[in-house]
Amino acid sequence: VIYREAGQFKTSYAADHAIFPILQDRVFIGAVLLVAYLVLIPFVASPYFLVTIMIPSLIFCIAALGLNVLTGYAGQLSLGTGGFMAVGAYATFKMTTMFPDLNIIIVFLLSGLFAAGGRRALRHSVLAHQGLLSRGRHACRAVLPDLAVQPRRLVLQLRPVGHHLDPPARPLRHRHRRQRRHADGALHRGAVAGRAVRARGQEPGAQPHGRMWMAVRDMDIAAEIMGIRLMWAKLSAFAFSSYLCGVAGALYFGLYLRTVETIAFDIVLSFLVLFMIIVGGLGSVLGSILGAFFIISIPILLTRVPDAFGIPIGVELARHLETIIFGSLIIFFLIVEPNGLARLWQIVKEKLRRWPFPY
Amino acid sequence: MTLSTRLRSWKLSLVAATAAAIAVTGLAAEQAAAQDQEAIFLPLTVYRTGAYAPNGIPFANGSRDLLQMLMNRDGGINGVPLEWTECDTQYDTALGVECYQRLKGEGAKGAAVFAPLSTGITYAIMDLAPEDKIPVHSMGYGRAAASHGKVFEWTFTFPTTYWAQATAFVKYIAEQEGGEDALQGKKIGLIYHNSAYGREPIATLEALSKDLGFEFVSYAVDHPGQEQSAAWLSIRRDRPDWLLMWGWGVMNQVAISEAGRTGFDMERFIGVWWSGSEPDVRPAGAAATGYKAGNFHGIGTDYGVLQDILEHVYDGDEAAARANNWGEVLYNRGLVNYLYITEAIRTAMGEYGDVTLGGEEVRWGMENLNITAERIAEIGAEGLFEPIQITCEDHEGDGPVIIQQWNGESWERITDWIEPMHDMLTPMYEEAAMAFAEENNVEVRDCE
Repeated sequence: VIYREAGQFKTSYAADHAIFPILQDRVFIGAVLLVAYLVLIPFVASPYFLVTIMIPSLIFCIAALGLNVLTGYAGQLSLGTGGFMAVGAYATFKMTTMFPDLNIIIVFLLSGLFAAGGRRALRHSVLAHQGLLSRGRHACRAVLPDLAVQPRRLVLQLRPVGHHLDPPARPLRHRHRRQRRHADGALHRGAVAGRAVRARGQEPGAQPHGRMWMAVRDMDIAAEIMGIRLMWAKLSAFAFSSYLCGVAGALYFGLYLRTVETIAFDIVLSFLVLFMIIVGGLGSVLGSILGAFFIISIPILLTRVPDAFGIPIGVELARHLETIIFGSLIIFFLIVEPNGLARLWQIVKEKLRRWPFPY
Repeated sequence: MTLSTRLRSWKLSLVAATAAAIAVTGLAAEQAAAQDQEAIFLPLTVYRTGAYAPNGIPFANGSRDLLQMLMNRDGGINGVPLEWTECDTQYDTALGVECYQRLKGEGAKGAAVFAPLSTGITYAIMDLAPEDKIPVHSMGYGRAAASHGKVFEWTFTFPTTYWAQATAFVKYIAEQEGGEDALQGKKIGLIYHNSAYGREPIATLEALSKDLGFEFVSYAVDHPGQEQSAAWLSIRRDRPDWLLMWGWGVMNQVAISEAGRTGFDMERFIGVWWSGSEPDVRPAGAAATGYKAGNFHGIGTDYGVLQDILEHVYDGDEAAARANNWGEVLYNRGLVNYLYITEAIRTAMGEYGDVTLGGEEVRWGMENLNITAERIAEIGAEGLFEPIQITCEDHEGDGPVIIQQWNGESWERITDWIEPMHDMLTPMYEEAAMAFAEENNVEVRDCE
C-alpha cells in the first residue's frame, strides 16, 4: 500500500534508468545515508570499524564496479583485476614520490589512467585482440585467462629488483596525525573518490556507451549489423573497467595496505572481485556494491563471532569455521538466487509492492 | 521421523547449545574475575592456517608457551600479569592490517608491542604504529634499514637482519672456499620468495658480489611457492657453486625436495633462518640430509627456560610438549622473540615501576635493553642467544649468526657465532634510513 510507484512518471531515459527509480527507494536510501553519516559514523562507529570494514568495502565497490562494467555489461570475462589494481597502486606510489605536492585525490584519480592506458596495458590490450576479434563469448573466454596472467607479470617487471616499494607515508601521515582523524579523513577521501567514480559508472545501461556494451554482450553479430563497432565497444569497455580497477588499486594501497606487495595483488584478488560481482549480481551497479560489502565484511564479522560471545575456541578453528560458513553462504545465495543479491533486492521490492495483498 | 518429532529434536539441540554457550561464558567471566590487577596486553599475530601454517604453528606455540610459563611460574612479570590474544593472519598483509587494527586498543593500556611475524605486515604497520604509540619488533625480518634508530624510533629489528645474515653467509662461504680471495669467479645463487621478504637480501648480495668478485644470480619463486620447476631448471643450467634460499612456508619444503631431485649438493645449499626448521626438511626425507640453514639462536631443548615450560605448562609431560613442537627450531624462535620482549618489559619496569605498561613505556624498555651474560644465565637461556645491547641509534644490536645442518633426524649446530660484516652494514642501514627520512619527511632524532 505504501510502496507503490503509481503516479511516478518518468520523463527521461536517465530517470528511468536510475539506480533507485522509485521515490520510496530514494527516500529510504536517503534516510539510511543520513543516519549513517550523521549518527552512525560520528557517534557509534569505532576507528576499527571505519578502517577495517568501511574503507576496504568502499574501495572494493569501485573494483567490483569496474569488473562489472566489463563482465556484467560488456560480457567479457577478465581475471586481470588484481593486475590492473596493482598498476594503479604502483602508479600512486610513483606519483606521490615524484610529485609530493600533488593533491592525493588527484593522484588517485590519475592512477587509474595508467591502468587503463599505460603502454604495457595497451600492449596487453593488443594481446587481447585475438579475443576481441573473435566472435561470441566462448572464444573470448579462451583468451582472457591469458590476459589475466599478463598484468601479473607486468607487476613483476615494474618492481625494481632488490628495492622495496615503500609506502608514500607523507601525504597520508602529514595531514592526519591522530588515528581517529586519520580514519575519518581516509574514509572521507575514499568516499569522495568513490563517489566521483561511481557518478561515471552510474547505470551504464542509461548511456549510449552502456547500451553499446550490452548490445555486444547480448549478441555481437546483431550488434555489428546495427552498426556498432565491435572492436571499439570491447576496447572501451576494457579501458573503462581498467580505469576503475586502477583507481580501486590506488585507494587500496594508499588508504589500507600502505605497501605494494605483489602477493597482495595476485590472482586471488582477481577471483575475489569476480566473486563479488557473481554474488552481488552481474550487470548491476547495486550488485557490485552489495557484493563488495558482502565479501569484505562478512568474513571479518564471522571471525569475531566466537570472540564476541566469549566462546573460547582457537584462532585456527575460528578461521576454518569462517571459511566453511562463508563458503556455505555463497553457495546458499547462489542456489536461492543465481542472479545475485541485487536480484534479491528486486524480489523484495516486488513483494513490497503487493503487500499486504499478495496474489 | 514425523515433522513434529523432527522439530522437537531440533528444539532440544538448540536448548542444549544455548545452555552450553551460557556455561562457557560463565566460565570465562570467572577466569577474568580471578585477575584483579590489570594485565599488560600482548597481541600475537600468528598463522595457524593457510600455506604458511607449517612454519607459523611452531612459532605461535613457542610464543604462547613462554608467556603461559611466566604466568604459571611467576604470575606474570614482577607481579604484573600478562594477557595475550592470538589473531590469525595467514601471512596475508590485508588480514594482518585487520589484526593490527583490532588488537591495538585492547587491554588496559593498549597493545604493548607488536611483533607482526611477516615482512609485508611490518611494512604496512610501520607507519601506523608511531601514531598509535606502539613499538614494532620485527625480529630477524622486516625492513633492515629500521635498525637505524635515529629515523625509525618505533621499530626494532634486533638481534639481526636479513642484510646481516646475507653477509654472514658470504663470510661462511668464503671460509669454506678458503678465504675471500677464493670467491673470485665463483657463482652464488639465491632462490627467493617473490615478495618484500624474499627480495630483502638482494641489494646486499649484489654489493658483496661487486666487492668480492663473485657472480650473483637470483631465481624468483611466486607465492605460495608450490610451483618451482622453472627456477630449478635455471639452477640446473646455471650450476651455481653455492645456493642461498629466502623461502617460507610450503616453498621451503618444495625447494628442498626439488634440490634433492635435481641432485644439488646439499652441503652447498644454505637457507635463511626462516627456511631451516623441522617441517621444512622432513617432507624431503633422506634427500634433505646435509642441508644447511642460518639461525640466530640455539637449537634443542637443553635450556633452563625450556625445562621450565615442560614443568609449568605441560606438567612434565614431554610427549604433550613435543606434540606442541617443544624444542623445534621455530618453537625456540617464538620463545626467544618473547624472551626479548619480556626482558624489554622488565627493563621498562626498572624505569616506570611494576605497573601495567603500555606501548610508550615498552618502547623505552626496548631502546634501553641490555641483556648481559649473567642475565641470560639467570633466565635459563645460556647458549640460546648472545648478550645484546640496544641503543637509541642502534635498534639491531649487531647480533651474530650461526649455521646449522640437518643430519637426517635433527638440526645440528656446525659453526660458532659468525659476526656479520658490521663495518659494511652500519653505513648501509644509515644510508637507506636517511633516504627514507628524506623521502617521507621524517624528523631525524638526535641521540646525544
